[in-house]
Amino acid sequence: MSFALMTGVTSDSETTARPQVARTRRFGRWSRPLLGLLVPLVLAVGWELAVRAGFSNGRLMPPPSVILQTLYDLAQSGELWRHSVATVLRVAVGFGIGVVAGTLLGALAGYSALTRRLLDPTLQALRAIPSIAWVPLFILWLGIFEASKVTLIAVGVFFPVYLGVMGAIMSVDRKIVEVGRAFRLSGFALVRRILLPAVLPSYIVALRSGLGLGWMFVVAAEFLGASEGLGYLLIDGQQLGKPAQIVAAIITFAILGKIADGLIVATATPFLRWEDRFGARGEPA
Amino acid sequence: MSEQRDMLVLDHVSKVYPNGVHALETVSVTVKPGEILAIVGGSGCGKSTLLRAVSGLDVASSGDVTLGGVTIHAPHEKIGIVFQEPRLLPWLTVADNVGFGLEDLSSAERETRVRAALARVGLADKASVWPRELSGGQAQRVALARALVPRPEVLLLDEPFSALDAFTRADLQDHLLDLWADSRPTLLLVTHDVDEAVVLADRVLVMRPRPGRIFEAIDCDLPRPRDRQSAAFDFAKRRVLAALDRSLDRKSQDHAETKADPGAAMWW
Ligand SMILES: Nc1ncnc2c1ncn2[C@@H]1O[C@H](COP(=O)(O)OP(=O)(O)OP(=O)(O)O)[C@@H](O)[C@H]1O
Ligand SMILES: [Mg+2]
Repeated sequence: MSFALMTGVTSDSETTARPQVARTRRFGRWSRPLLGLLVPLVLAVGWELAVRAGFSNGRLMPPPSVILQTLYDLAQSGELWRHSVATVLRVAVGFGIGVVAGTLLGALAGYSALTRRLLDPTLQALRAIPSIAWVPLFILWLGIFEASKVTLIAVGVFFPVYLGVMGAIMSVDRKIVEVGRAFRLSGFALVRRILLPAVLPSYIVALRSGLGLGWMFVVAAEFLGASEGLGYLLIDGQQLGKPAQIVAAIITFAILGKIADGLIVATATPFLRWEDRFGARGEPA
Repeated sequence: MSEQRDMLVLDHVSKVYPNGVHALETVSVTVKPGEILAIVGGSGCGKSTLLRAVSGLDVASSGDVTLGGVTIHAPHEKIGIVFQEPRLLPWLTVADNVGFGLEDLSSAERETRVRAALARVGLADKASVWPRELSGGQAQRVALARALVPRPEVLLLDEPFSALDAFTRADLQDHLLDLWADSRPTLLLVTHDVDEAVVLADRVLVMRPRPGRIFEAIDCDLPRPRDRQSAAFDFAKRRVLAALDRSLDRKSQDHAETKADPGAAMWW
C-alpha cells in the first residue's frame, strides 16, 4: 500500500530527463498494484461462476454480484454512510486521544531516564493485560455509550505509539545529537532540529500500527452493544442471517482502513524523502 | 578579522572519566592564533579527550581551557569541530547541512554563505542532494564546510580523514590548507598519520598514554606548500616517528625505510 502511494510521486523533470528510466517506472507503477489484484480477482470471478453454474447455492458465502448489490443498497439507503461515519468518528477520537497520550508519555519516557524509571514499569505491566479485559471496567465506569468505546480504542492505540516514540528517542544516534550540541543547541532547539526529525520515520511506523489497532478495537467496541457503526452491521448481519451484509461491512472496513493508512503515509512521505532504507530501493528520491 | 584574535590556552587540564581512567593529566599547551597544531600518539592516549575538552562537549575534571581568556565549559561559537565521521544530518540536504550553524542569519545571507562554502569545497553542484548520495570524501568535505561556514576562530579535527583512502586523504589535506589560508583559523588536528601531521602542522604534539600527557612537542617550520617528497619533509617525519617510538618506550627503528614503503608512514 505504501508502495503504491510512494511510487505515485515521480517528479516530472525526472521523467523527461531520463525516458528510459521513466518507462520502466511507469510500467512498475501500474504493474505492482495490478499484480496484487490478480489473486482476489481470480477468486471472485471463480466464485461468481461457481455459483452461477450451480456448484453452490452461495447462501453462506454470497457471490460477488450479491455482495456488490448489498453494498449498493446500503449505500442507496444512506445506511452505509451512517454506519461508516459512526465508526470513523469513534476511531478518529480514540486514535487522537491515544496518539496524544502515547506521544507525550513516550517522549517523556524516552527523553528523561527518571520518568522512564518511574513510568515504564507500570505501563509495561498494563500493556501485558489484553485490552479487551478492560471492557467490563470501562462500562462500569463510563457507561455503555461512546465514552467506554472510545476509551477502549484509545488504550489500543496508546501502547504502540508510546513504545514507538520511547524506543525511537532512545535510539537516536548519540553522534548526531552531539552535532546539535556542538552547534550550541539545547532544550527545545535540540528537540526541534535534531530529535524530532530523527524520530520521524519510527513515529510514522508507530502511528500506523496504532491506527491498525484502533480499527481492531473499534470492532470489539461495537460488538459490545452499539446501535450504529460497521461493527453493528456485522452483528446485525449475523443475527439476521445476512452473510452478504457481513461481507459488505468487512469490505467497507478494509477500504476505510486502507484509506486512513494511506493518509498517514501520504502526509509523511514528503518529510521522509531523505530516508536511506533498504526498502526504499527503486522508489523515487 | 585577523587583527586581534584569541589565544587558546590549556592550563593544567586533567580528565578522569567516571570509570577511573586518567585520560589526561595536567596537560598545558598554548596555541597561537592561526597556528596549526597536530596531535599524535598511541591509541588511548587521550587525544580525543583533549579535543573534546577544548570543544566544550566534555568538561575537564580540573584545569582550564580558555580562548582569549574566556573559559570554555560548553560548546562555543568561536570553536568548530569536525569528527572522524562526517555526521551529516540525513534529513537535511547538503546545503541545509552546511547552513546548520547559521540559523540566526537571514535566509538570504545564509544562502549566500552556504553557496560560497560549497563552491569552496568544490561541491557547488551537490547543494540540493541528500547526504546519502555523497561519497565518503564528499561527505567529509561537506562536514568541513559546515564547520567552517560560521567562521570559527578555532577548528578542531579528530582524525577527520582517517576513514578515507590515501589519494582522497592527500587531496583533502591540501584542501584543508587552502581553506585554512582563507581566514587562518587555529587548527587542532588529531591524527594517526605522521605524513598528515607533517604536511599540515606548525607544531606536532606527541602524547603518551596512561595517564595521557604531552610527551614531546616538535616544531615543524618547513615552508608551505610542503613537498611530500623533499628531504626536509622526510627528516621532519623521522623526527616525529622517533619521538613516537620513544613515547611508547620502543627502541627507535630505522625510519629510513618509511620513504620506500608508503604504508609504513601510516603510523598506528
Ligand atoms: N567516555 C569515556 N568513558 C570512560 N573512559 C573513556 C571514555 N572515553 C575515553 N575513555 C578512556 O580514556 C582514554 C583516552 O581515550 P581517548 O578516546 O581520548 O583516546 P585517543 O587518544 O583518542 O585514542 P584513539 O587514537 O584510539 O582514538 C582511553 O583509555 C579510553 O579508554
Ligand atoms: Mg580518538
